[in-house]
Amino acid sequence: METYTFLRQLADSWFLLAMTLFFIGVVVWAWRPGSRKMHDNTAMIPFRNETINRDNKSADSAGKANSDTKSEDAA
Amino acid sequence: MNDYLKLAALGVVTLFAALAANFARDLAYQVHALLIMALGFGLFIWVLRSTDEPKPIVDQNGYMDGVIRAGVIATGFWGVVGFTVGVYIAFQLAFPVLNLEWAQPYANFGRLRPLHTSAVIFAFGGNALIMSSFYIVQRTSGVRLWGGNLAWFVFWGYQLFIVLAATGYLLGVTQSKEYAEPEWYVDIWLTIVWVAFLAVFLGTIFTRKERHIYVANWFLLSFIITIAMLHIVNNLAVPVSIWGSKSVQLFSGVQDAMTQWWYGHNAVGFFLTAGFLGMMYYFVPKQAGRPVYSYKLSIVHFWALTFLYIWAGPHHLHYTALPDWASTLGMVFSIILWMPSWGGMINGLMTLQGAWDKLRTDPIIRMMVVSLAFYGMSTFEGPMMSIRAVNSLSHYTDWTIGHVHSGALGWNGMITFGALYFLTPRLWGRAQMYSMSAINWHFWLATIGIVLYASSMWVSGIMEGLMWREVDAQGFLVNSFADTVSAKFPMYVVRALGGVLYLAGGLIMVWNMWMTIRGGEKVTARVGIPAE
Repeated sequence: METYTFLRQLADSWFLLAMTLFFIGVVVWAWRPGSRKMHDNTAMIPFRNETINRDNKSADSAGKANSDTKSEDAA
Repeated sequence: MNDYLKLAALGVVTLFAALAANFARDLAYQVHALLIMALGFGLFIWVLRSTDEPKPIVDQNGYMDGVIRAGVIATGFWGVVGFTVGVYIAFQLAFPVLNLEWAQPYANFGRLRPLHTSAVIFAFGGNALIMSSFYIVQRTSGVRLWGGNLAWFVFWGYQLFIVLAATGYLLGVTQSKEYAEPEWYVDIWLTIVWVAFLAVFLGTIFTRKERHIYVANWFLLSFIITIAMLHIVNNLAVPVSIWGSKSVQLFSGVQDAMTQWWYGHNAVGFFLTAGFLGMMYYFVPKQAGRPVYSYKLSIVHFWALTFLYIWAGPHHLHYTALPDWASTLGMVFSIILWMPSWGGMINGLMTLQGAWDKLRTDPIIRMMVVSLAFYGMSTFEGPMMSIRAVNSLSHYTDWTIGHVHSGALGWNGMITFGALYFLTPRLWGRAQMYSMSAINWHFWLATIGIVLYASSMWVSGIMEGLMWREVDAQGFLVNSFADTVSAKFPMYVVRALGGVLYLAGGLIMVWNMWMTIRGGEKVTARVGIPAE
């Protein structure tokens, strides 16, 4: 079989199916039970780490940023 | 030891550039070789002078913000340069006499046009993306930028790419691929810089302190990886000689056209959309002081955008030698793309839920909201124009130019201005921008400028499309091409005036940034304390 014909058939059959399933999987995974807490926590990331925080080892210490470190001095 | 290696490498580069300048087969290549030679020699002296001297100790505890400050300045500078060239070529279209006789061939429309597009997309937009990637990835990972001075290499390497590309255009070097005009050696240099950029970004993500990767980083990472892939495939070419700028494309005919627009549309999709969405998902929540409306929606937004955009390119090639199935595929995916785009817009806008009063008091938030509104408008207009029947009217007309500018000026420009106003006081330790009313002026000048631009191009484009297809009772075309050109004159003047307003806003912003950085009392408050 010609490479083009093979790829063309693969693209609009199994590969299309695989990608569609992957995409549906992503959506289902995003709405899986129990994901809300994790998502709420992740959504708050921009409001932490205003400065580098040596104590903050995990994301679970939400909002408990420490002020003893400083960012690189403003020029 | 490291310095000796650097000296050897710089010596080789300088020698090679000197040889290249001597053997050069065309002017642009020679100019570039001389430029590289001068740079290589200057760096050689610089490294030599600091060799075996004690190195200054860099505080590794804080975020690496120096390179971001440089990026903020570069973004403002290239923005004004790009807008100025844009305004000039807009007036050239209205008044052809501005293709000045004494400046031929360097300053004619054909050479200034790629200079304008590259300056605004790659110099202004690219610097905005690189500096905000560096800012966002550090703040959302909780660690210093990985790779030490590699980030500085990315910054200066990218500026060199811009200078090589821009001077090349003026000297008449182009490989005739829209938005990918630079020739082979500039492409190779950009690839090296881009891989370094990817390394810095990934290295920072790998060493992160936060457990999860914030959604903005997903968008930024997809932007970096996809642009690398697009750039390499679309620029596969064989140089005619190592001593000349000319190269020959690997693909030909319709394959080359399809590769070009696969690149071209994904440059829109991943450079101007995914990358800037990364900025949006960080700066809008920060400025509004609230987390993004729906984190789940942002995940679906990301995957839908990534899965769909890559197929949309063929809509640039309706009614060409491209097979019908391919252009239908591109059209269908472009239309589906409308949904995730609006999902993302709604997600950004609804982040302001409960903080809508800030629209009245905070001009920076207002800029971000208008940018999202333009994102929504152009992601509706785009799918509509990709429909074959609409495209038969809109293609090759000014409607396309209007569409591109409502996206670029409205969405990319406004979100970048918002980011610059957000970053400048923070990076230089000021309480806020020097003048809030100047931000207001900028907002209104830019918005009115875009409205003038987009509406004049709609009128001009649709008129042009209708005039081109008008036939009389015998089936002969009614209008000659020159008829449409003279009919467009008033719209061209309005468009150029819109550009003047937009440029004026940009100048006010640069003045405001300058005053913020130079003047005023230093306030350490913003830099030293954790988030509220």
